[in-house]
Amino acid sequence: MTHATKETAALLPDGNLRARETPSIRIIRRFLRHRLALAGLICLFLVTICVLFAPLFPYSPTDQNPLNARKPPSMEHWFGTDELGRDVFVRILYGGQISLLVGLFSTLLTIIVGILVGAVSGYFGGWLDNLLMRITDAFLGFPTVFVLILLAALLRAQDLRWLQNSVFLVIVVIATLSWMWPARLVRSLFLTLRERDFVIAAHTVGAKDRRVIFNHILPNCLGQVFVSATLQMASAIITESGLSFLGFGVQPPTPSWGNILATAQTHVFFAPWLAIFPGLMIFLTVISINYIGDGLRDAFDPFSVQATK
Amino acid sequence: MTYIVRRLLQAIPSMLILSIILFFMIRLTPGGPLAALERNPQVPKETIARMREQLGLDKPLTVQYVRWMEGILLRGDLGMSYKFRRPVAEMIGERIPNTVWLVGISLLVTLLVAIPIGVISARKPYSFFDYLATTLSFMGQSVPVYWLGLVAIIVFYVTLKNPITGQPLLPVGGMHTIGQENNLLDTAVHFILPVVTLSLAWAAWYSRFLRASMLDVLHEDYIRTARAKGMRENLVVYRHGFRNAIIPLITLVAMDMPSLFSGALFTETIFSWPGMGRLFWDAAKTRDYPVLLGVVIINAGLIIFFNLVADVLYGFLDPRVKYDARD
Repeated sequence: MTHATKETAALLPDGNLRARETPSIRIIRRFLRHRLALAGLICLFLVTICVLFAPLFPYSPTDQNPLNARKPPSMEHWFGTDELGRDVFVRILYGGQISLLVGLFSTLLTIIVGILVGAVSGYFGGWLDNLLMRITDAFLGFPTVFVLILLAALLRAQDLRWLQNSVFLVIVVIATLSWMWPARLVRSLFLTLRERDFVIAAHTVGAKDRRVIFNHILPNCLGQVFVSATLQMASAIITESGLSFLGFGVQPPTPSWGNILATAQTHVFFAPWLAIFPGLMIFLTVISINYIGDGLRDAFDPFSVQATK
Repeated sequence: MTYIVRRLLQAIPSMLILSIILFFMIRLTPGGPLAALERNPQVPKETIARMREQLGLDKPLTVQYVRWMEGILLRGDLGMSYKFRRPVAEMIGERIPNTVWLVGISLLVTLLVAIPIGVISARKPYSFFDYLATTLSFMGQSVPVYWLGLVAIIVFYVTLKNPITGQPLLPVGGMHTIGQENNLLDTAVHFILPVVTLSLAWAAWYSRFLRASMLDVLHEDYIRTARAKGMRENLVVYRHGFRNAIIPLITLVAMDMPSLFSGALFTETIFSWPGMGRLFWDAAKTRDYPVLLGVVIINAGLIIFFNLVADVLYGFLDPRVKYDARD
């Protein structure tokens, strides 16, 4: 209950420091109180830093050394070496660059498409809304994993130059099958927000549709969109590694967490450490992001009573 | 009844869009189904032309599409596998029972694990047990299934050995040991690791879901009434609470069935399980498009079917839900 009083105090004109608390500062403060989310943020930050500074480590992710193949973890090679004598730790760091990149950009693409479809659908309504929502429903009815694989395999077989880059292809494929979730969310938010007084006021002073959508309604949705983006990113990283693990995602020699795991699978009986570490990285990253998402949800939701003390 | 018809009508666009996109993408792929023959200098041009005619590939794409859909809807004909020269429907038919067994048993194990955890967590929220369950379920939701399978192999096949025979503790490939196809015990042992791998992640989701649903129900007025009557706590929780909390879970499971089949894809791949997912994966590697399309169509059909089942179950289990009264 102390929580609620603090928040009312923020509205008082003659209060203490809290009186000047802006909504964004309040969200940050509430987020920081979610200890696991904070831990997730720190963990994700560390992973990102390590991954970005991969070139500082003295091993190459591609140079092969057959004499040094399949060595268990040691002081020189922290995570051991793989079947071609490459350092697994460094490969995982470089693979992380790709995996995080795919996660980030496929999420961005997903959210942008989702916002556009959801905003148009919820704002204009009518036949346009009907059409867009039927398409959304159709995409939601797809058997996702199977279509992901088939789509990835098919797109690679086409004679299109811009799809030859497997990283780009994976980003497009993941976004193609995930834009529906943010689209539905944004639509439902628009449906309630478009009847609010501030929107009517904006219309009254002659604001154009585009301005009302992007400057008035959308900013009020961003909190929830941000939360769904976080969770989308976690699932995108799992999807990317899954696709690459099955051989239809990022193609070697470009390392990604998924295709490192795929080669590890063939050597699992002789060199188990190859399979442990990449999976551990996926797990660590995904659980961090999931906790961050959990914290953000609590922080953005004005009615939530925080469970973590 | 009208409701079911309406749901079926809603499902048609989904099938239609999916089939159109995939069909045309496959046909637009360079070379098409005869690419391998065209590259082979020993195959004369006339043979290819004749085959093209036989397979109907000389007709416009729209005609091909309509014929293909006709085949599926009227005759259940999914075409021939490029690689094995066998009807796709037959190949999938052979694999479906294996997948259904795997998914069915995993689901059973999942519920046996998730339901007690969810109920206990909800009875004492924010207790030590609840925190432990929450943490574990967060981990279960974040762990990739394929990695879990590999770890299971490392632990139970590579590391742990049977103390008597010195053999690996649990088998990790296929459904049977070769030559022991009728040994039930042998088959049962082969089920252990794939089932455990699949169940862990699902149990994480469902225990969370049941906990939330249980907490909602326990705050209802009729629970307070039951307690006020002086009913024993156990009876309140199980007769009044649990029975109502389980309804959304049942519909959730029904709606999730297709994604359970998708999850089985990874497990089948890792454990060389002769199911539909493994068939799909093998076919994807060799670009055997009729098989791929067949599996996708079957799974899309499953989604529609189980969505209907979920709706019907919901109306049946919870009489408060009336679909037709709404409009």
